[in-house]
Amino acid sequence: MLINGQLKYESQKLAMNYFRVALVLFGAQLLMGLIAAIQFLYPGFLFELFDFSVARMVHINALVVWMLYAMIGSVYYMIPDETGHEAVGIALGKLAFWILTAAVAVVVLVYIFIQVGSGSESTIWFINEGREYLEAPRWADIGIVAVVLVFYYNVFFTYLKSEKKTGIMTVMVANLFALAGLYLCGMFFTDNISMDQYWWWWVIHLWVEATWEVFVGTLAAYALIKILDAKREIVEMWLWIEVLMLFGSGILGLGHHYFWIGTPEYWWEIGALFSALEPVPLVAMFVHVLYDWGKEQGHAEAGGAGTAVKNSPAMAWIASNAFGNFLGAGIWGFFHTLPQVNIYTHGTQFTAAHGHLAFFGAYATILIGMMYLGVQGAYGIKKMTMTFKTKMSLFLIIFGVLGMAVALTIAGYEQVLVERADLGGGWDAFFIAQELPWYVQAQAWRLVMGIVTLVGFVYLAWDLLTIGQEVSQKESESVAAAA
Amino acid sequence: MSKKSASVWTSIPFWRRSAAWVTGVATVLLIWLTFDTMGQISMGSDEDLKNGITKRIPAASVINYHIDYQFDDKRGHEVPVIGEKETFFGKEWSAEEAAKLLHLGKLTSQAKNCMNCHTLLGNGAYYAPDLTKAWLDPKWNDGTMTGITGKASKEEAMAEFLMHPSQYPTHARMMPNLGITKEEAVALVAFLKHMSAIDTNGFPRNFSQSAKRLEGGTHAH
Repeated sequence: MLINGQLKYESQKLAMNYFRVALVLFGAQLLMGLIAAIQFLYPGFLFELFDFSVARMVHINALVVWMLYAMIGSVYYMIPDETGHEAVGIALGKLAFWILTAAVAVVVLVYIFIQVGSGSESTIWFINEGREYLEAPRWADIGIVAVVLVFYYNVFFTYLKSEKKTGIMTVMVANLFALAGLYLCGMFFTDNISMDQYWWWWVIHLWVEATWEVFVGTLAAYALIKILDAKREIVEMWLWIEVLMLFGSGILGLGHHYFWIGTPEYWWEIGALFSALEPVPLVAMFVHVLYDWGKEQGHAEAGGAGTAVKNSPAMAWIASNAFGNFLGAGIWGFFHTLPQVNIYTHGTQFTAAHGHLAFFGAYATILIGMMYLGVQGAYGIKKMTMTFKTKMSLFLIIFGVLGMAVALTIAGYEQVLVERADLGGGWDAFFIAQELPWYVQAQAWRLVMGIVTLVGFVYLAWDLLTIGQEVSQKESESVAAAA
Repeated sequence: MSKKSASVWTSIPFWRRSAAWVTGVATVLLIWLTFDTMGQISMGSDEDLKNGITKRIPAASVINYHIDYQFDDKRGHEVPVIGEKETFFGKEWSAEEAAKLLHLGKLTSQAKNCMNCHTLLGNGAYYAPDLTKAWLDPKWNDGTMTGITGKASKEEAMAEFLMHPSQYPTHARMMPNLGITKEEAVALVAFLKHMSAIDTNGFPRNFSQSAKRLEGGTHAH
């Protein structure tokens, strides 16, 4: 991941820069999660120095930002492949990258060293906005919008320039417009907490349960063609079906966040119905990836070509994505999406369990896969195979995140029964549930599994930095041996 | 396949058109519902409160009234009940004063990053108790916190706690000192009282039912 050597297009070199920063922020996310997990068990840890609220804020912000970086990187990487052109405003794109990275660094430093401000508008403008996931202060919001405009300009006008407009690019251009536009819904202040959360969910939900999902569908379509030589017509037809199902369920599925925030009762029915349908496209995406994989592998074997997979680390992560998306977003989401259940699970570790498994299964996996595709391109590798480190990182990260999700689910289950169903919520009910052994044990397992994940990440970072060199060397040796 | 499709089910233009229509219809429905919801969740007025008109989100001056959370047989869950007038920090606040106070309280709740430990209306982090009905929490009403802080009224006890939380620990997990000033603390209490009057469709369910059983201490301490 250290060099761009074999990449022909500036757009793809820029993509590698986005991937590099994404990897650093991914590491930061895990470190912050570790601190927060320790604080659940040892509340005195860094108390009044680096409190849970700070660790948790940086944890979830690093998550969102590394994913956005990897998403922008993925798009810059695919633009030349899909349009046959260099990104039109590449110089501007590079400048935007450095501005964004400088801004992110400043925001993180302020989060870590200043942490909170006085109850005034200036805190919201310069320190943090105090709204989960959207904590970035307003100046940074405006900066992000400017950078995203540059990015979108590059995507849109390069798309217009292409002679043959592919289905993948068409979906990408339309979806990114919605994705970017939705961010604006989170950029205002109101005294009315219900109004605040109503629009806050427009950003959060319509990102992660609609536009980000379509984005993943687009990436998977591109990757299947790239890795397996899957037939474009089939892949693109599936992509349109996925768009239909994802937006058909996800847009009104937004209603499942409007059960208890002051909004009217009709959201119970709307939210329940449409969000219950949300797992359907995720099953379809899983079937689709496995179908294409099996089909292309069959062709390859019939032709005596061995494996159809040109990048097995990327393929492994994309297959993990197909299943992880269904499991984390689909199953774990469905667990608590009906209002009859959600009245007890809302605001418990159930949500945290779902959050961990869904962000990982639906997004982290495929974005890691895209990074491996980038490495393959940068080193000009024809067939990228796994190293020991690839396998270790796959195993440890997947096992670690699954373990965390299961532990948090058990914690959530206990919380639901004891704090909510039995004791009815409130200060005492909360702490009684937090102090019961079942809850504490679950938190301990979460910490253990978090450490497993972190070790897996070390393998991942190490692998991404070295696999290109290793495999390309092997490849050139075998070419030399054959000659 | 793309040139001459054997069936409509394998036709890309068919699925593209369907995707566009379904997305369009869902979006239009969402926008239409949003207009309706905006009307229902906009804040009520001081006049509404005076005339006993129930709003899902009452005016800021609801801080001048007694708030309760009672089971409603028809709706099948608890709802906030706005009762008689009561003083708040020893006085009645005018509509303008109350609105200003709520504004400062909401700003402070964001500036101090409450949501990254607590949940508000159930959303946020899960490290500390949900604040949706914190104003009605038995802990503030049964003499526990007024006793610990040595204050006469629950609003004063809440403000004192918010200003020096780690001086009044109730569990190993404590709230950190966030440098909250007296003015900000009063405003935060107003923000919490206002939030407790929001109609949340019965969330949290059975709130405070635990209190009756736990009165006089719990086994967890």
